[in-house]
Amino acid sequence: MTRVTPPTIVVKRPLSYQEVWGRVGIYAFLGMLALFFFLPAYVMLVTSFKGMDEIRLGHIFTLPQQFSVDAWVKAWTSACTGLDCTGLRVGFWNSVKIVVPSMTLSILLGAINGYALSFWKVKGANVLFACLLLGSFIPYQVFIYPLVRVYAQAGIYGSLPAIVLTHIIFGMPVMTLLFRNYYSGLPVELFKAARVDGAGFWKIFFAIILPMSAPITIVAVIMQVTAIWNDFLLGLVFAGRDNLPMTVQLNNIVNTTTGERAYNVNMAATMLTSLVPLTVYLVSGRWFVRGIASGAVKG
Amino acid sequence: MGAHFTRHVKRNLVAYIALLPMAAVVIFAYLGTLAWSVRLSFSSSRLLPKNDFVGLSQYVDLFDTPRWLTSLGNLVIIAFFFLLICFILGCLLAIFIDQNVRAESLFRTVFLYPYAMSFVVAGLIWQWILNPDLGIQQTMRGLGFSGFVLDWVVNPKMVLYAIILATVWHGSGLVMALLLAGLRGIDSEIWKATRIDGIPTWRVYLSIILPMLRPMIITSLVLLSISIIKMYDVVVAMTNGGPGTASEVPAKFIMDNLFERANIGLATAASTVMLITVMFIMAPVLYFQYFRKSGSSS
Repeated sequence: MTRVTPPTIVVKRPLSYQEVWGRVGIYAFLGMLALFFFLPAYVMLVTSFKGMDEIRLGHIFTLPQQFSVDAWVKAWTSACTGLDCTGLRVGFWNSVKIVVPSMTLSILLGAINGYALSFWKVKGANVLFACLLLGSFIPYQVFIYPLVRVYAQAGIYGSLPAIVLTHIIFGMPVMTLLFRNYYSGLPVELFKAARVDGAGFWKIFFAIILPMSAPITIVAVIMQVTAIWNDFLLGLVFAGRDNLPMTVQLNNIVNTTTGERAYNVNMAATMLTSLVPLTVYLVSGRWFVRGIASGAVKG
Repeated sequence: MGAHFTRHVKRNLVAYIALLPMAAVVIFAYLGTLAWSVRLSFSSSRLLPKNDFVGLSQYVDLFDTPRWLTSLGNLVIIAFFFLLICFILGCLLAIFIDQNVRAESLFRTVFLYPYAMSFVVAGLIWQWILNPDLGIQQTMRGLGFSGFVLDWVVNPKMVLYAIILATVWHGSGLVMALLLAGLRGIDSEIWKATRIDGIPTWRVYLSIILPMLRPMIITSLVLLSISIIKMYDVVVAMTNGGPGTASEVPAKFIMDNLFERANIGLATAASTVMLITVMFIMAPVLYFQYFRKSGSSS
């Protein structure tokens, strides 16, 4: 977006010699860093369209001589993890199966928590909330082993419910914070008027609060889709062999293959895995930044 | 108080019920598991949890384990350079983008997209680019620079810098995005005033603007610190701790001891050390940023 130059006072005059070089410097700096940031994506993309013969020559920056989508097809349908050659699509659908319920339930719970915390008087709720926020700073490694034991006792260890529940647990601090902050900015008179009219907890939530939550829900969806899709550790530990998410399968494909590594397939697989969060990022634009800023436990 | 409290609960009963899931998560999934984890660190548990009490001997063992000491040292080096570079780079990017540049949204998009990708992806990409046989080294040699060496991922002395490179690439956009949002909130009167006083621009940024952005700076540094302490995926994807143990990190040490080496006592001792470290870093930040400002927010 080009920003319009500030109006009024600004007097049009030719830039001085110094100012011109200043502008050149700014663009040179930004341009060089943009290249550095973009480079990996570029290398991945061109490599994924090359054949192995071409890759062995070792020119990672050149465009493919013989453009081919074989690597993408192979990555999706027949890349191997160990002896299992079913491709990355298995992981993709596993991730979808994990993301959809985890995201829906954690957003719903976050909204309910945020609503109860901002509008209702519940003794001890703020202490609970403070504990929850503190919990979000603690490394997962502290919680993982006891959770594994509890899940094993309950007979759900290594299953879809286990990984969904885990994402709900670890998503709760941020989701609750997000909705609590948003709801405390809503006019409290609205809530009071509904109370006077005799509306109860759920009535007010579904009829008044939820319809006003669209903007923050979009932010929550963006955050949860990217966070859960990009998760590796929790999926590895809790999902079980049959539900391994795409990130875990990607790492298995790339790092456990024997013999010569099919770099083009690996690169295509890496691109495929980032496709969902990248699309979310490119489509959501400023909303994504808003998510980062408001999801941060901040001052 | 009794009757009064009962009436209060009755009026808000549904709200109490609605918060039960949160209460359950806090009490069982956070506090309960945390207490259990700490408890296990005082036992002699190996493959299965035991209920005995061996005092601090797991902690003594832990700090006698070279792999753990290497992990800790690595984390300190990585965290230091990661935070420093991300901060400086993020600041510079935000300030340069704030100079009314053309194609601003293109620049912002390019600098932040790595943050949207998973650490696994970041690790794999850079492993590939830094791979001496096929990556940049080979390309440069192909161009005639036959002595060119860029072997960070396979060189025990340099492997940490390879990880720093990948994590900086992943994280510095975050600092840029948060600071840029802050810069846009700066009152233009300040700029006018400093211009009239003839203060050079770099001076204004350094002594006036950056101090005003302190909340954003702290937020971004806290977010980055947490991500670097939790760092696991990027190392697994990029080097798997190697070559040898040159790029081991604490989070990976714990996972290996929990699930591969069947040494639960040692792993939970290590995770307790991590917990204490995080609390030490977070306590002052949380106090100043959150609790003091909001006061009794009920």
